Formats: sequence, C-alpha cells, structure tokens
Amino acid sequence: MSTPEIAVDSAELVPPKRSLAEQLWSLCRRQPLGAAGGLVVVAMIAMAVFANVISPYDPEANSFEHMLSPPGADFWLGTDQFGRDIMTRIIYGARTALFVGFTAAVVGATAGLVLGVASAYFGGKFDLFFQRVMDVFMAFPLIIMALAVVAILGPGTQNVIIAITLPFIPQCARVVRSSALSIREIPYVDAARALGYGHARIILRHMAPNVVAPYLIMLTSFVGQAILLEASLSYLGLGVQEPTPAWGLMLQGGAEEYAESAPWVPVFPGLAITLAVFGFNLFGDALRDLLDPKLRSR
Amino acid sequence: MSAAPDIRARAATSEDVLVEVKGLKKHFPVTQGLFVQRVIGQVKAVDGVSFTIRRGETLGLVGESGCGKTTTGRCILQLERPTAGEIVFDGVNLEKLSEKELSPLRRKIQVIFQDPYSSLNPRMKVGEIIGEPMKVHGVQPDPGKRQQRVAELLSVCGLNPKFADRYPHEMSGGQRQRVGIARALSLDPEFIICDEAVSALDVSIQAQVINLLEDLREQFGLTYLFIAHDLSVVHHLCNRVAVMYLGKVVELAESDELFDNPLHPYTQALLSAVPIPDPTIEKTRAHQTLQGEVPSPMKPPSGCVFHPRCPMAVESCKAGIPELIEKRPGHWVACTEVS
Repeated sequence: MSTPEIAVDSAELVPPKRSLAEQLWSLCRRQPLGAAGGLVVVAMIAMAVFANVISPYDPEANSFEHMLSPPGADFWLGTDQFGRDIMTRIIYGARTALFVGFTAAVVGATAGLVLGVASAYFGGKFDLFFQRVMDVFMAFPLIIMALAVVAILGPGTQNVIIAITLPFIPQCARVVRSSALSIREIPYVDAARALGYGHARIILRHMAPNVVAPYLIMLTSFVGQAILLEASLSYLGLGVQEPTPAWGLMLQGGAEEYAESAPWVPVFPGLAITLAVFGFNLFGDALRDLLDPKLRSR
Repeated sequence: MSAAPDIRARAATSEDVLVEVKGLKKHFPVTQGLFVQRVIGQVKAVDGVSFTIRRGETLGLVGESGCGKTTTGRCILQLERPTAGEIVFDGVNLEKLSEKELSPLRRKIQVIFQDPYSSLNPRMKVGEIIGEPMKVHGVQPDPGKRQQRVAELLSVCGLNPKFADRYPHEMSGGQRQRVGIARALSLDPEFIICDEAVSALDVSIQAQVINLLEDLREQFGLTYLFIAHDLSVVHHLCNRVAVMYLGKVVELAESDELFDNPLHPYTQALLSAVPIPDPTIEKTRAHQTLQGEVPSPMKPPSGCVFHPRCPMAVESCKAGIPELIEKRPGHWVACTEVS
C-alpha cells in the first residue's frame, strides 16, 4: 500500500499469475484431505455425467438368470434380487443423488442467503419476526421436517427435493444473517443507501456477494446432508420410487432380506452413500479453511 | 434554542441557502433487559443543532470524537432519521419525504467517507463502483457512454482511466479515496458531505486529496460540509466553521474570524491544542489544557454542557442552557460569559 499516488502502471502491482495446474498442486499439498474429498466429488460428478457410457448394463432391466449372483467377473459388485447389476445401479444412483443433492442444496442455501441478508439489512421488527419464524422451522429435526413435507406432498423425486430444501433454508439464513449484520455496518452499504439504490440492489449486489464464504461452506455441507437425507427418505419408502436407481432404495431392498444371505446387495450402496457424504464434508471443510482469511497462509 | 435559529434563518434567506438544518436532534435509545427491553436512557448524539450552508460555501464541522458531528452528517444524508428537527435542502424539507420520494434528491447530496478501505465494495471493480449510480438513476443508460464517463471521472480525480478494471484491494488508500470521490461525483451532486474524508490518509496524500477537493469545488461549483477534527485542514479549506461539543454547536463563525478570535472557551482550548510548526514559539506558548473527561452524552450536565470543564464557568452556567447568539457580525457563540 505504499505505492506513490496516481497512475502507477498496473503491471507491477498484480502478483505474477501462476498456472492453474501449479495452483491446484499447491492447494493439494496444503489441504490433502480436502483434495481427497474433492477427488470423490469430481469422481462422483463424472460417474453421474457419463453413467450411460461407463456402466456395463441397463440399470432397470431385470434378469431372472442372474438373481443375487455374488460379485465376480461378470458382475463386479454382484446383482440384486431382480438380477440387476449393482455397480450399474450405483453409477446411475450417483445421478439421482447428485441431482437431488445439488438442487436441494443450491436452492436451499440461496434462498437462505437472500432471506438472511434481507433480515439483517432491514433489521428491527422484521428481523425479530423473521428470526422467530426460522426458530420454529429449526425446532424440528431435519429428518422429521422432511418426513412431514413428504407426508403432505407425497413421494417422488420432485417432492423429495422440496422436502430436503425447506429445512436447509433457516439453517443457511441464520448463519448468513450473522455475517450480514456486520456487513451492514460497513460504509459501502451506507454509500449505497446514500446513492439512492433500492433495497433489492443493496441486498443482492452489495451485501450478498460479501457473505459468500459462509454461503459456500453451507452449500457444500448441504450437498452431503442432502444426499444422506435423500437416501434416508428413499430407505423409508418416502423418497425416490422404484425402479429409479437410488442408493437409499437399493439399501432398503437389500438390508431387510439379504443382509446375511447376500451381503453385497446392501453393503455396496451403503459404502457409496458413506463415501459420497464423507467426500463432500471433507471438501466443505477444506473450503472453509481456504475461505477463512485467518487460517489462510500466504 | 428557539429564538436564535429563527433569527439566523431569516438572516440567511437573503443569501442563497442550499442546506438548512433546524433544531436537529438525534437520540439513540439505550435498552436493557434480556426478554423485555426497557429504555433506560437516551444517548443524545445530536441535541438541537442548527446551521445553514450557502450555495458554493464550505462549512467545517469540528469537535472531538463522539461530539455528534458524524451523526449530524448522517442525518443530513438521511441515513439516520432524526428524532426531531428539520433538514431543508434546496427548499425541500427532507424529513417530510418518504424513502421513495427521497431517491431523486439523493442524487444531489453525496458523501465521501473517512475510511477508504471499507467504503468501497470489495467485490466490485472500480468501473462498476463509479458507473452503478449512473445506471440506477438512469443518468447514462448506455453502457458505452457510461464507461466513457467513468474514465472521465477517474481522470478528473487524478486516476488513470485504466483503473476502472481494478478491484479496490489492488489500490492504495489515497487511490481508493479518489475512487470514493469519483463515485460521489458520478451523479453531478450539488452538495457533498466529507465525513473525515482525509483523516485516514497519510499527511502527504491528505494534501493531495485536499487540493483535489478544492479543485472540484471550483470546477463543479460544489458545496461541502467538511466534517473533521484536524483544525489546520479545516482552516485551510472552509469558509465558515461550526464547533460542536456534546451534541451542540457552541460556536460558528467565518473561518479566519474563528481561528484568529475564538470566543467560546471550548474553541479556545481546542485551538490551543493545535501545534504551531515553529519550535521556538511552540515552546513558549501557553497551552490551555481542559480538565476532566467528556461527559457521557447519556447524562449531559445541566445547563451549559461545557460547564464542568470550563475555565470561565460561573454558578449560573449550571442552570440556564446558553443559546447560540450572534455576539459579533457573523460570529455566533453559545456562552453567557462571552460579551
């Protein structure tokens, strides 16, 4: 900051740009666990996107010749009670999990972001009322809340997304609000008001972008939570319906009857869920460390 | 506090008054209690302030920390709604307007903040920061022309137009403050409140920014309210100066008159604290140091708020609140002991 006044040529001030590969490498060295999480996330996304290319069988085709075959050369992870290849269904299941997980997390966190910032910006009675409404929502455990929503709307992928999104909103709104409260006192918000900007512009353009760190952290942890919630709801028969491949559904089909006679049926989808949630949580933790300037080493 | 502002208001209307502050009060409630919040007191940040600012004039507002000068500025900007009093801008009483009706008037009243680091949105490029007001108010809807205007404003403020593509964190404090000034100018305001606009800058950069403010005043015919605690800067820049103490204006006069001939004991103490850049004079000069602390604005002293620390205080000062009276032509003092 000791540069002389007026028009220093810009080239000297900008730090030298490192290549993307170099940046990624230094990131991996500083956050090995986060990098592992990131790897899981990337692998899962790849699985979901290229499911029809990489999976060896049709996920929904029954085959009575191969019912409950153990893992082997033809079926790497075995088949289920309808003779469907479990690996194929896990790969396709990533699609369901990611679709539900990302949609619910993005919609829930973004709605929470806007509402949380608005609550902090308007303050006073609006803030008080809004926070009490959020309290009511947060009083329900996540799964109970989601169950109630599904019970009202009925099962199905779309309703599962709504059921998972709703309990995320107050969680994100609360965290974002506390960050936004400190942002509101910063002079650039006063400057925006003095310039006569509308409320929406101040909230969305001036305050929301500056609480992006807690928002991103909430977002990644929400994806993991949403995948787990979707699996839970599907397991309880309230989520995604057969024959759509979904991990929770596969677990349900397998756990009840075949836990002893054909353990590969429940074990592999269970592992997939565990790994996915673990991966997203590691990734989220690393992201939090990176975005927190106090923990960042430069 | 009733008679004095009226006389002043009448005297001032003959001139071209741009801003008139009448009996401005801003009290912040202090609450206590976990569940049921009770108001246990009021912080009287601004307590009956009146002054006028003529078109093209620079009025200085000085006083120590916590005396209410910034709150006064924020009230004029309508960032805080006053508890009582009126703010008349160009003949329009801002207190009677709703937020919506206020919006077009906000174009004409702008502000430059103290801290150049927190007054710019870190997520926006300089070009966006300066261009956005023009977009919002529809002054320059065409993006190309807006960019041109941004470049123009940057160079008016002594910055390279290339800076439009930079983020605020890539600039120095002085450069950022210039961006803040360019943003304030983007809507062609008539009146700019400089809230400690140079206090956070290095001395060498302070001088440059002060010169810039002076140039802009000439160039665009601006009117300033210059809030500061650095008296030599105020003396240099302002036509008239108002001195505040504990939410009240204690003295108001032409800049030279105030600095050469301070009448209020508080102003005298304040001026004696300004160092003289000559060691021989400085050594022999008698400093008038005020005793005691600034009283809490929650419980201001009775009568004249300055009496517990005033070297001239007499018994009657504890009772009557002194009014701002014109003791000499154009020189207003709120003190009964000054003749």
